[in-house]
Amino acid sequence: MNFDLSDEQKMLAEQARGLLGERSTPDRLRTLIDSGAEWDEPLWREIAGMGFLGASIAEEHGGLGMTELDLGVISEEMGRANVALPFFSSIVLAADAIQLAGSDAQKAAWLPRLASGETVATFAYAEGSGGWTGAALRATFEGGKITGLKTPVADGGIASVAVVLVNSGGKPALALVELDQAGVTRTKLDSFDQLRAHYAIRFDGASAELLDGAAAGQALERLFDRAAVQAAFEAVGGAEACLTMARDYALERQIFGRALAGYQAIKHKLADILVGVELARSNAYYGAWAAENAADELPLAASAARLSAIGAFENAARENIQVHGGIGYTFEANCHFFYRRERTLAISLGGREAWANRLIANIPGTQAEAA
Amino acid sequence: MDFNDTPEEATFRAEARSWLAANAPDFIIKAGETLSDAEEVARGRAWQARLAEGGYAGILLPKSLGGRGGTIMEATVFGEEEGEYHLPKGPYIGIGLGMALPVIHKHGTPEQIEKFAAGTLKGEITWCQLFSEPAAGSDLAGIRTKAVKDGDEWVVNGQKVWSSWAHHADWGILIVRTDPTVPKHKGLSFFVVDMKTPGIDVRPIRQISGLSDFNETFFTDARIPDANRIGAVGEGWACAMTVLMGERLNQGGEGKHGGIGALIAYAADTPRDGGTALDSSAVRVSLAAAYAEERAERYFQARLRTMVSRGENPGALASVVKLAYTNRYQKTSGLAMELRGLAGLAPPEGDTETQRIQYDYIWSTALRVAGGADEVLRNQISERILGMPGEIRTDKNVPFDQL
Repeated sequence: MNFDLSDEQKMLAEQARGLLGERSTPDRLRTLIDSGAEWDEPLWREIAGMGFLGASIAEEHGGLGMTELDLGVISEEMGRANVALPFFSSIVLAADAIQLAGSDAQKAAWLPRLASGETVATFAYAEGSGGWTGAALRATFEGGKITGLKTPVADGGIASVAVVLVNSGGKPALALVELDQAGVTRTKLDSFDQLRAHYAIRFDGASAELLDGAAAGQALERLFDRAAVQAAFEAVGGAEACLTMARDYALERQIFGRALAGYQAIKHKLADILVGVELARSNAYYGAWAAENAADELPLAASAARLSAIGAFENAARENIQVHGGIGYTFEANCHFFYRRERTLAISLGGREAWANRLIANIPGTQAEAA
Repeated sequence: MDFNDTPEEATFRAEARSWLAANAPDFIIKAGETLSDAEEVARGRAWQARLAEGGYAGILLPKSLGGRGGTIMEATVFGEEEGEYHLPKGPYIGIGLGMALPVIHKHGTPEQIEKFAAGTLKGEITWCQLFSEPAAGSDLAGIRTKAVKDGDEWVVNGQKVWSSWAHHADWGILIVRTDPTVPKHKGLSFFVVDMKTPGIDVRPIRQISGLSDFNETFFTDARIPDANRIGAVGEGWACAMTVLMGERLNQGGEGKHGGIGALIAYAADTPRDGGTALDSSAVRVSLAAAYAEERAERYFQARLRTMVSRGENPGALASVVKLAYTNRYQKTSGLAMELRGLAGLAPPEGDTETQRIQYDYIWSTALRVAGGADEVLRNQISERILGMPGEIRTDKNVPFDQL
């Protein structure tokens, strides 16, 4: 057993951390928010050039053919830098959906464009607050057309194509839709996360095609599980950024004649955050390992990674502001990026309750199918 | 990254598994079998002797001590396979292998190694730990039990506490104050002591669980030969640190049995409103989070073992699992009692599962204090990993007798 990143993966992490840390600075993020930009487009072009977008896309489709763990290393750095990039939408969700469910022709048509970053895609699954499983899934695909409302859709304004979760003949399916066409209406929503725009997308008989590869039937659950592992890495990166930020501030800030970091109330708070981060990272590692090596364990491993990461980032993002005190409530301090992004990660893909249900339903040997 | 065994580990696992299948069944504690403490220790000694015959006693201990000189991965693999059987493996064995032998090996003389190593590995010598005192727990260097030199003996007076299974130990590892005129960490020395020495009185403590795992140990003019001193006079603190480092690395979550999976099955087995307690979303969310954390502890330990196998020292990271595990253990046992409703307070006759959970809830509160209290662990993590300032210590450079 060897349960650590390889030297190559550690170098990849360093490379990603270096670049994103240099470009996606807090000042840059503030500028993007003030300008109303929906993404950091120059940075997107730059990371495409470094191969990050194609990391997990097969080589035959213009990617690097790396593993889920390599992708996780990159996701963690995306979280640490709180990037304004459609990486999760376009790569972790849409590209993976096409890889898992698409036919050879669909993969050949779309994956090279996503790997190069020339096309941005998104994944439209939610339909308001009612969920997207069973009868709640109302968007329908019939005769090559989609009808229905998907909302909210992350990065729905900058994407030119979407993978849409639809009801096709009474069963959930994934459809590919180009968004710049009559029959698609996009409305920008007021997004809680100021660095990840959300849209309502109405489809009125828009032309679409089903992802109809041989494995399409099993794709949906695997897609969510694999994305949950990547979101866990992103949350671990964000949580660790909060921990570092809080520690650095506490070391510098003087209070009652000494450093704030010297008080047990602060030390113990940060120790607990560290415990949460390291435990969450351990589950994320196992999730990525299971995605590649133990597919039957993935539902349980992904649910566990998801739940640990939500808890760790939630605590880190909240307590980071608390440690900063009043300054943490200002736009000029950097805590708020993470405080908002944490909610995005906690709620996207389904919240704690949904993943708790998935975890319990997948524990071997218990009569817990009551879900 | 590969979570599976390497070919070498797989070979070792297969060997261990077949050896255990042939040897373990004679020693297991069967379901429903109750042993007195004395019977459990006797069986534990016998199992340890069998392990020694098979070459599996002290896997991590060097060959020069009679151990296997194996790797951390071999110790883990063997522990996993051995954990498939309910065997008598208490502190009466663990303290000798995990604390006494490492400190004797590192700080002792060749004669001391010769005297204790083989017997401990074979279960012929059992050990207890005589460290904590009524006024010195987390602040171990504040101990007051003193030893005064008299010829080639030391005369020991004072009181130790929380000595697990001392009532069945042959020998003890003991830290005492030999020089009160220097600052507290500097005036300490370390001994091994024969528990049959006149002047040693072991009294079981009546615990909140109703059991007596722990003891008070009184020393009244007990005489220890200087030949049983480990390390130099004044080197006691370094010896104690050797012991405590070993303790931390050996702490962890429970094995694959029991744990949160069992509590989820328990919830599914608890009737509520025509269904079961596991139908409750609140119960599911809490238990799922705990299950996720339990897995995370296991994988975190796998990361630590990978570090150790490369010769890296995890340092204070080793505190993470103990801190997480004991708190989770307390929270989830409390939750399990609650989801059972009033039957969680007073189970019907024969409901051994609820009785076990009640015991876990009581025992968990001891674990949060023993072997590194939560607060000490949080200090270590924040100071040694996060680089935050140490606690203000007003006693650090003051001679002990002037405090």
